[in-house]
Amino acid sequence: MIVKLIDFFRDRLRAVVRLCYVGLALLVVWDVLLVDKHHAHTAVEHYPGFWSLFGFIACVLIIFVSKWYGHLGIMTREDYYDK
Amino acid sequence: MINNLWLHPSLILILGALALPFFRGVLRKPYLLAIPTLAFAAVLFMPRGTFGVFQFLDWYVTFGRVDNLSLVFAYIMTLMCIIGTLYGLHVENEFEHMAAWLYVAGSLGVIFAADYLVLFLFWEVMAFSSVFLVWFRNRKQSLATGYRYLLVHTAGGLALLAGFVLRYQATGGDLSFGPVGVDSPTISTYLIMIGFILNAAVPPFHAWLPDAYGEATVSGAVFMCAFTTKTAVYALARGFAGMEILVPLGVCMALYGVVYAVLENDARRLLAYHIISQVGYMVAGVGIGTEMAINGACAHAFAHILYKGLLFMGTGSVLYMTGKSKFSELGGLYKKMPLAFLYTLIGGLSISAFPLFSGFVSKSMIVTAGFGEHIYWAAFLLMLASAGTFLHTGLKVPYFIWFGKNNCSQETWEKAADPPWNMQAAMIIASVLCIFIGSYTPYLYNMLPYPVHYEPYSAYHISETLQILLFTALGFFLFIKKLAPEPTISIDLDWFYRMGGRGFLWLAKKPIQWADNAVSEAYRYIGLFPLMTTARFWSWFDWHAIDGVVDGVAKVVHGVGGQVRKVQAGQLQYNIFYAVSIVALLVTLYVFSS
Repeated sequence: MIVKLIDFFRDRLRAVVRLCYVGLALLVVWDVLLVDKHHAHTAVEHYPGFWSLFGFIACVLIIFVSKWYGHLGIMTREDYYDK
Repeated sequence: MINNLWLHPSLILILGALALPFFRGVLRKPYLLAIPTLAFAAVLFMPRGTFGVFQFLDWYVTFGRVDNLSLVFAYIMTLMCIIGTLYGLHVENEFEHMAAWLYVAGSLGVIFAADYLVLFLFWEVMAFSSVFLVWFRNRKQSLATGYRYLLVHTAGGLALLAGFVLRYQATGGDLSFGPVGVDSPTISTYLIMIGFILNAAVPPFHAWLPDAYGEATVSGAVFMCAFTTKTAVYALARGFAGMEILVPLGVCMALYGVVYAVLENDARRLLAYHIISQVGYMVAGVGIGTEMAINGACAHAFAHILYKGLLFMGTGSVLYMTGKSKFSELGGLYKKMPLAFLYTLIGGLSISAFPLFSGFVSKSMIVTAGFGEHIYWAAFLLMLASAGTFLHTGLKVPYFIWFGKNNCSQETWEKAADPPWNMQAAMIIASVLCIFIGSYTPYLYNMLPYPVHYEPYSAYHISETLQILLFTALGFFLFIKKLAPEPTISIDLDWFYRMGGRGFLWLAKKPIQWADNAVSEAYRYIGLFPLMTTARFWSWFDWHAIDGVVDGVAKVVHGVGGQVRKVQAGQLQYNIFYAVSIVALLVTLYVFSS
């Protein structure tokens, strides 16, 4: 059943991706128009879509900074400690 | 004072472990489930108070301090013991079960201990029993990994020991374990803290964790990921609430784990780095130290034990079935192991703090406490780390094992299938609990040490979380090529003692041995040669001078003797004559001289 469901979505990957983009857009719209920001802790959080931008930048930063760090020589061959 | 009815759950597990070899055949599996269930029941019906006080030498030691803080940890640990034992029910090696139970007994002993002596005893029990969960993997490198694990934990134990001995001296004989006085820390405070944060895997004392947990047995890792670090979190929450240095340390941990998780190619080592990251939240929570932050640290430890156990069970079942745990040797398995995927995904969504999953109601308490105390940099960086958590555990782990490029060999692909019933049952229980905790907050919140004035399900919090997570997902799929698995290992701070050990060996082989040889050579020329020369001189001197004198004396005596012999002809009358003459001479001399 799980496999069928996954295959169903994989067969319609283009549609799923579009739906996801629509979902993301709706989320930002919801945040901008409807969410009560009384609970916000700081002033910057009142910018529309602040946490969306934060999430995306965080993700990109983590990927690129880590990979940059790893390729400085931290990532090494698997038998490094064996010889 | 001593309530004899109080039964220490560690005692149940220790006695249960010792009796385990006697239960064989059909009795084995029911027995394996009965003992942890008994321990859980003992915690469930445990009254609050102080129990198990004994006199030991000059001290009173207390095995049972039962309050809100110890109960919430004991509850989740005995519960996890049931789940972990169920997961490993098929394991034939009875010593592995015994080691796991002793390990849990160690954790529970620490949690209920009210003084440093008992705490230290169980602290060491934990290290010395859990190491077997690494050794029983029986790979070529398991033995060395286990020894490294033991070495590091022994060092941490010594710091703890030194700390409380100094404290004992400074306080004039106080061994009780409670808040250590974080406002005026002394050397003893820091030593105790080092002992604790080493077990919590705070950098720079963290490298033992991915090293050992990546190498542990399939079910051993499920136990290890739950107990050592969370026992340390308990000890920190008990003793170091409000210790400010723990905030930056915790934030560093949260980010450090995330960075290394990006680089990691082994699924279980990736999860191990995420333990460091998640425990970072708890350590930071302890550092913030408010009631809400401590509640958050406890809640997060509770939730973490379940979802991290679930994640290790999910990836462990892949390892168990296929023998592989590296992303570069897996992929596309959703057709073969759909259920394992589902459980792992639930674990991933829980750790990522999706609404309705357990992380959502626990992690946010710590971050909110950080914002509440206006420690904005820490709160924002913890938010950043939570994006990383979803990126790896929620996306990278499921994607590169069950989807992505199929790197499986023919053999791996054929072996892959959903795991046996007991493993699945354990994962179902953990999954249900993860969702239950996330959906019905009073279950967890009512167990926390302080009253909870926090509601995670506000529109703002849901919106904030979903935005971070879903836009992280966007980033993941846009840059997925960057994250493709690379068959590498990452150098971490264990380099220093792994290569340090090697350096020591080199030092012993090369310079020290060379110096030893040089000294021997030098001794030969400077020491031995003059010695031999002097010896030769004395030998000559002895022969010619001393013996000459002695021989001379002997010759004189010999000569005199010969003369005397001539005088002494052997006739009695001459002898008498000489004797009487001498006596007469002496008498005459005497008479005339006086």
